[in-house]
Amino acid sequence: MEHRKPLWMAGLALLIMVVFALAGCSSNGNGNSGTETANATANATDGATTVSNATASEKKTPRVAFVYIGPPGDGGWTFQHDEGRKYMEEQTGIKADTVENVPESADAERVITELAQNHDIIFTTSFGYMDYTLNVAKKFPDVVFVHCAGYKTNDNMGTYFGKNYEASYLSGIAAGKMTKNNQIGYVGAFPIPEVIYNINAFTLGIQSVNPDAKVSVVWSNTWFDPTTERQAAVSLLDQGADVLMAYQDSPATIQAAAERGAMAGGNDSDMSRYAPEAYLTNPTWNWGPYYTKVVKAVQDGTWTNEPYMGDLKDGMVGLASLGQNVPDDVKQLVEDAKAKILSGELNVFNGSIIDQTGAEKLTAGETMELADILAMNWFVKGVEGTIPQ
Amino acid sequence: MDLFTQLLVAAVSSGTPLLFATLGGILIERSGIIQLGAEGLMLMGAVTACLTYLNTESLPITLLAVFAVCALLGVLHAFLTVTLHANQIVSGLAMTMFGSGFSAYLGKSVSGTPLPMSVPKLHLPWIENVPVIGDLFGRLDMLTWFSFLLVIVMHLFIHRTSWGLHMRAIGDNPSTADVMGIHVQAFRYGYVIVGSMLIGLAGADLLLVYSPTWIEGMTAGRGWIAVALIIFARWNPLRALFCAYFFGALDTLGFRIQLITSHIPPYFLKMIPYILTILVLMVLGYRNRNKPSGSPEALGVPYIREQRF
Repeated sequence: MEHRKPLWMAGLALLIMVVFALAGCSSNGNGNSGTETANATANATDGATTVSNATASEKKTPRVAFVYIGPPGDGGWTFQHDEGRKYMEEQTGIKADTVENVPESADAERVITELAQNHDIIFTTSFGYMDYTLNVAKKFPDVVFVHCAGYKTNDNMGTYFGKNYEASYLSGIAAGKMTKNNQIGYVGAFPIPEVIYNINAFTLGIQSVNPDAKVSVVWSNTWFDPTTERQAAVSLLDQGADVLMAYQDSPATIQAAAERGAMAGGNDSDMSRYAPEAYLTNPTWNWGPYYTKVVKAVQDGTWTNEPYMGDLKDGMVGLASLGQNVPDDVKQLVEDAKAKILSGELNVFNGSIIDQTGAEKLTAGETMELADILAMNWFVKGVEGTIPQ
Repeated sequence: MDLFTQLLVAAVSSGTPLLFATLGGILIERSGIIQLGAEGLMLMGAVTACLTYLNTESLPITLLAVFAVCALLGVLHAFLTVTLHANQIVSGLAMTMFGSGFSAYLGKSVSGTPLPMSVPKLHLPWIENVPVIGDLFGRLDMLTWFSFLLVIVMHLFIHRTSWGLHMRAIGDNPSTADVMGIHVQAFRYGYVIVGSMLIGLAGADLLLVYSPTWIEGMTAGRGWIAVALIIFARWNPLRALFCAYFFGALDTLGFRIQLITSHIPPYFLKMIPYILTILVLMVLGYRNRNKPSGSPEALGVPYIREQRF
C-alpha cells in the first residue's frame, strides 16, 4: 500500500502533460476552434436566423476566411495564396481569417463548417477540399464559397484556377536548353490531370528546343513533405538527371539539386531565394487581383458562381524570372515564346501531339479543348514514367 | 556510382537520424526504462534546432540547445518513471503526444523556412577515388561521423567497461545491483537523460542534415521506427547500425524502383517498408524463437527498494 500515493501523483502529472500536449495541438490548428464550436451549439436552435442576420448586417464588409493546405511559410502554394490574401486586404481594407495546415480529409469539412458560421466568403485553396466545400456550401446557402482547382460548383460555390501549363511550357524551353545530357527529371506530386498536363506541357516545351531530351517522372504522392520530396529528387539525380522540375509546394527539389550542382525549378512562387545559383524558373501564381475581385463582387451583390480560369495574359499565371545562371540567349527564347502565347499565336496543346504509345492524340493544326486538357490522363511521347490507374 | 552504391549512400543518409534515435533508446532501455517517447523527443529536438539555428546561426549553440531541451524532457520522463514509479508506457506515449503538439506550436512561426546547410562536411580526398568506399565515406557530414563513433563507444561501454556492466545489472536485476552498491535511481536518471539527448540529436540531424526545413510532424513516424529498431537490434549498438541503414535504404527504395520499372504502382512501393518490417519481424522471431530476446529483464518494471515482485 506504500506505493499508492506516488502512482496517484504520477497519474496527475501525466494528466497535466496530456493537457499541455492537447493545448499545443489546438493552438496550432485554429486558436479559437473551441469557442467557435461552443458558439455553434449555442446557436443551433436558431441557426438559420443567425446566419441570415449575419449576412444582412455584414453586407457592406463581408467577413472573409481562407483555408490553407500548408503553412504560409511553405514558400510555394500556400505562400502565394497568403500573398493574394494580403493584396486583397490592402485593396479592400477587409481583414481575413486564415486556417492553415488543414488536411484534405473530414477535418476540412469540420473546419469549413466552423468558418461558415461566422464568415460570408470562404476561399478553400486546395483541390482536395472540393467535396467538403460542396457539402458545407449546401448547408449554408447564404455564405459564398470559392474553391480552387476543382470542377464542382453550387449556387453559392464557385471555382477558380489558371492555365499554369502555359508557364510550364516556358519552363520546359529553359530546361531543354540547360540540360547537358538530355536527362531531365520531374518530381510529380499526385497522378491527377493538373499535374499530368503540366508535365506534358513542360515536355512539349523541352521538345520545342531539344527533341532528344527525355523526362523521367517519379510520383511522391505528397503536396508538402520536404523529406519525401527530397528523396524523390535525389533518386532522379542519382539516375543522372541534370535538370529537375517539381510540382510540390516545397523547395526540397531545388535544394537537393543545388547540392549536386544540377539545375532545378519548383512550383507556385519564385523559389530562386532557396538556391539562386541552381535556380531555373517555374510557373507562379498571382491570386491577389482575383481575390479582390471576388470580395468586391460579393460586396456589390454582383458575384456569380461562374468558374474562373486565369492565364498568362490576365496575370493569374506567371513565370518566375529566370535564374542567374541561365544565359541570355535562353532567356530570349523564353521571352519570345511568352510573347507568342500572350498574343495567342502559340497554343501549348496544339497538334500534332503523340502520346507515349505512339498514338496520335491530336492531329496537326488541331487545338485541344480546355475540357480535354483538364481531364488529361496520358503522357506525351518523351516522358518516361507511368500514370498509376 | 552504380545503383547499389547509390542505395548505400542514400541508406546512410536517411538511416543516420534513425541510428541516433535507436542508440538513445538502447541506452535508456538497457537501464530498464521503456522509451516510447522517441517521436516526441525527435520533434522537440528538430524544432529546437530550427529555432536556435535561425536565431543564432551557430551550430554549437544549436546542438547545446537541443541537448538542454531534450535533457529537460528526459528529467521529466525519469521523474515520472523512476521517482514516481509511473507506468513507463503511458509516460512515453504522453511524451510523444506532448512533443508532437508542443513542437508544432513552437515551430509555427518558422514553419517552411529553409535553413542553410550548416553541418560541415568532412572531405577526404585520399579516399574519394576508392570505389564504393570513396562514395560512401568521401564526403560525409560531421554528425554522421559522430554517429559512427558513438556506435563504437557505446558498444565498448556496454560490453567492455565496469560502468556498462553496472548498467546491464540495473536493467536486468536492479535489486541485485542495489545490493552491490550501485545507486539504481541515480543511474536510471542519468541514462534516461543522456538517451533523451541522443534522441533529440536524431531530430536535429533530420532537420540540419537531411531535410533543412521545419514542418509540423516532420519525423513522420521515424521515432516509432526507432522504437521498433531497438527491438530488432536486440539492444545492441552494432546491430542498431545495420538495422538503421536497412530501414534507411527501404525509405528510398520506392522511388528508385519507380524509375527502373514502371509496372509496379507507386502506392504499392510506398507499402514496401511496412511489409518488409512485418516480414523481418516474422523471420527474426522464428530464427530466435528459442533464444532470449536480449531484452533487459527488468524492462518496464519500476524499482522500489525492498519490495518483492
